[in-house]
Amino acid sequence: MTMSDNPRRSLAARSFHAFGRMNVSRAFRSVVGKIAGGFIILLVLIAVFAPWIAPFDFAAQNLANNNAPPAWPHLLGTDEFGRDVLSRVIYGARTSLSVSATAIALSVSVGMTLGAAAGYFGGMFERAVMTVVDLTWSFPDILIALIFVAILGPGLTSTMFAIAIAYLAQFTRLTRAQIVRLKRETFIEATINLGAKPSHILLRHLMPNAIAPVIVVGMLAIGDGIVLEATLGFFGLGAQPPTPSWGAMMSSGTAQLFLSPWVIIFPGIVVAVTVIAVNLFGDELIRALDIRDRLREA
Amino acid sequence: MLLRYTFHRLLMLIPVSISISIVIFMIVHLLPGDPIDNLIRIGSSPEDRARLVTKYGLDRSLISQYFLWITSMLRGDFGDAIVLRRPVADLIAQNLPYSLTLGGLAFLFSSIFGMILGTISAMTRNRLVEGFVRGFILLGSTVPGFWLALLLILFFSVQLGWFPVSGARGWESLVLPVATIGFGGIALVARVTRVALLDAQREDFVTLLHAKGLSRGTILCRHLFPHALLPVVTILALRIGWILGGAVTVEFVFGRPGLGSLLIRALGQRDYPVVQGSLLMLALAVMLGTLIGDVAQAAMDPRIREGKS
Repeated sequence: MTMSDNPRRSLAARSFHAFGRMNVSRAFRSVVGKIAGGFIILLVLIAVFAPWIAPFDFAAQNLANNNAPPAWPHLLGTDEFGRDVLSRVIYGARTSLSVSATAIALSVSVGMTLGAAAGYFGGMFERAVMTVVDLTWSFPDILIALIFVAILGPGLTSTMFAIAIAYLAQFTRLTRAQIVRLKRETFIEATINLGAKPSHILLRHLMPNAIAPVIVVGMLAIGDGIVLEATLGFFGLGAQPPTPSWGAMMSSGTAQLFLSPWVIIFPGIVVAVTVIAVNLFGDELIRALDIRDRLREA
Repeated sequence: MLLRYTFHRLLMLIPVSISISIVIFMIVHLLPGDPIDNLIRIGSSPEDRARLVTKYGLDRSLISQYFLWITSMLRGDFGDAIVLRRPVADLIAQNLPYSLTLGGLAFLFSSIFGMILGTISAMTRNRLVEGFVRGFILLGSTVPGFWLALLLILFFSVQLGWFPVSGARGWESLVLPVATIGFGGIALVARVTRVALLDAQREDFVTLLHAKGLSRGTILCRHLFPHALLPVVTILALRIGWILGGAVTVEFVFGRPGLGSLLIRALGQRDYPVVQGSLLMLALAVMLGTLIGDVAQAAMDPRIREGKS
């Protein structure tokens, strides 16, 4: 009987198991996983190779041909300055993906450090961290982001920090919950009794076992980050012209809503499809890594 | 017991509101440059500047400045808007009713339809219906609100001409904003209701009820619903904050007056007294929403009021 057949395997065994299987390829096994994952990979490739893929220069204006409906050679039409919408959507993938992914990476690293420290050391430190975290937890992400954009001023950098802060509570809570749960496991007790240093226990035993759910939630949060970036961009608080970003494109498109709806429709479709793909793939990852129960703990 | 719990929760709000007010107070001070430059109107005289310095106590320490600011806030004096040149308190009083109407209606709409949809998807054996509801939940929780709002405007206002594009005159202008916020809300409430009902169905006592010969409808109404209500109420309470977040976007897109559009406009114009005032009001609303939710939960579940959570 292998370990995975044992229904009463301990959390530790299951965690090691899940970590040993931190094998993303499993999420590609189902049809949904293949389509969603394939789309994400395609989008990343488009973002990376944007200069070679985009048919036009994203900033090239052609006022003689502004607000042109989708047709050859402007497959998705042109905006109020005659810029090619398709090229701007392609370049926008760069802005949106990199801002969201960087922000979430920052948020995950800070949140994991805070959560692990809070869960491991406990005491006053834990209470202080968790008070702040619970405080921001009840606030809608857009409100937290707006507070920090108010402080940092509009722009892509502040958008990035605003997104990072908006989701910080989520990662801190999740990591802390994992660490608190793992700390009670026998193998940790044994390691302590063997005289391991706290840093060894934390870095070599607790963190590797806590990391899988945090990474998956981080992956899901990149989708939320894209929406948040688009929303801030739409408010005119994110990417400033002429930087192409999906949100900023829709923001300048609102004025021409009746004249050239395609300026709004296409970036929106891309945002929606991307976020749906991220969510579906995230679900597949959760299933593949068998961590749904551990996500509920937080 | 419930009273004591409520009182306890109210006490816990004090440190929370103090921390939030400090963050919001610091907005003006963390900005690059002299706070006065951010507060002053273009073309004002050095005397005006000196008056502002004394008014905001900028010659004093940061801590006494904070106390000065928070006491005037508590007295209802939110300062004057720089661009709109009116007391911020007036602006808030003018915009608040619009936000409350929109938020309240969106809350009711999403709660009722979300629970109905969630129940249908949990109870049905029809895979087509279930697939439809699951697709709806996925769309509702991922599609950006402002984009949905723009699509609704394009279709219902421009193509069909059923509802006004923007503004806040009459009930017609409420339909699309409520639908936009409600769409995401319905998806969320439906998902939670579905999971709660499916969990409840697996309980042993439900098997017993089936064995007793009760009809599915009776089991659903008399036993499953009360059981599933707790997580639903929790998420509904959290929704109050999310609806406010959604309202910010939707008010802006539909050009409706309200706290959200006031905040976004002020952020664009760097009108910091208005930013501070509206953020403070929104934060207060979120905290009150969470409080109501917690108390409602405690009223339903004795374990929570006894402080076991």
